[in-house]
Amino acid sequence: MSAASGPMVGIVLVSHSAGLAEAAAAMAAQICGGEVTVAAAGGDEDGGLGTSADRIAAAIEKADRGGGVVLIPDLGSSVLTARLMEERGSVVVADAPFVEGAVAAAATAGGGGALADVLAAAEEARGFRKL
Amino acid sequence: MNTAFITDWIDEITRLVAAEREHLTALDAAIGDADHGANLDRGFAAVRTALSARPPGTPGDALVLLGGTLIRKVGGASGPLFGTFFRQAGKTLGDSPEVSPAELAAALADGLAAVRALGSAEEGDKTMVDALTPAVRALEQAVQDGAGRRKAFDAAARAAEEGARATVPLRARKGRASYLGERSMGHLDPGALSSALIMRALHISASGSR
Repeated sequence: MSAASGPMVGIVLVSHSAGLAEAAAAMAAQICGGEVTVAAAGGDEDGGLGTSADRIAAAIEKADRGGGVVLIPDLGSSVLTARLMEERGSVVVADAPFVEGAVAAAATAGGGGALADVLAAAEEARGFRKL
Repeated sequence: MNTAFITDWIDEITRLVAAEREHLTALDAAIGDADHGANLDRGFAAVRTALSARPPGTPGDALVLLGGTLIRKVGGASGPLFGTFFRQAGKTLGDSPEVSPAELAAALADGLAAVRALGSAEEGDKTMVDALTPAVRALEQAVQDGAGRRKAFDAAARAAEEGARATVPLRARKGRASYLGERSMGHLDPGALSSALIMRALHISASGSR
């Protein structure tokens, strides 16, 4: 892992469901000690099931402390819309399971990991075995 | 073709989407989440508002505004996908005040390439790519053969409609329908149908007296 020198990496959880995004964000942040900003971008712009580019943009702004932001989408339009928000070197999308990826990313970000480390941690969560 | 032609095209898409809203939603209910018609209708209604709030200066500008609005307002996967299609096409057109059918064909080809890159879909995956790809191919061919724009756009629309119909027996490999596996077979892909409406609207706007 890179040196814990720069500003902390932020995390944005993008889900079709506002409730799912908020609860997963709260859980990941709490498990990791609350130091990391895990922002939720769930639901469409009216709060129904779907995706809102504006909500994602607002969450990125909230999570960005200068160290970059990792977006973790659930599926479908969340993935596609998140990919459109990518900014080389500062906003990246993780191809990761939603909950496990969020926790792994938050733990790594909380430990001072750089953007690439946090992204890798989220994506490595795909290999977690539960049994 | 000037900016007014492109905004006529957008108006025509808006009309067709509104007219086919229930049909699109019924198709989506069979293999998706029953929101395609409503999502697109909402998206194009927002486009109409955006166009009157800030009238575009060039054909490219109109398509970028269309694409950006669909990305922000649709709420389902068709938003980022159709949004990317039109936004990339608009970027390719640049700031020319007048575009030829050949330039529009090249721009739509770029838009299609961007859609394929974003969604990682290939022909045969039972998606909008199955209608858009033959449409762009037919349009490029017609333009190359020296067809007039009306005939070229009709060829593109026919190819899109045929491509959409050909999605019926396919098993979905991308999008929500792919979770259904074999149960996705026997249904027309709603995104392929709305793609065909977009191409048919282009032909209608070239045929009108406006």
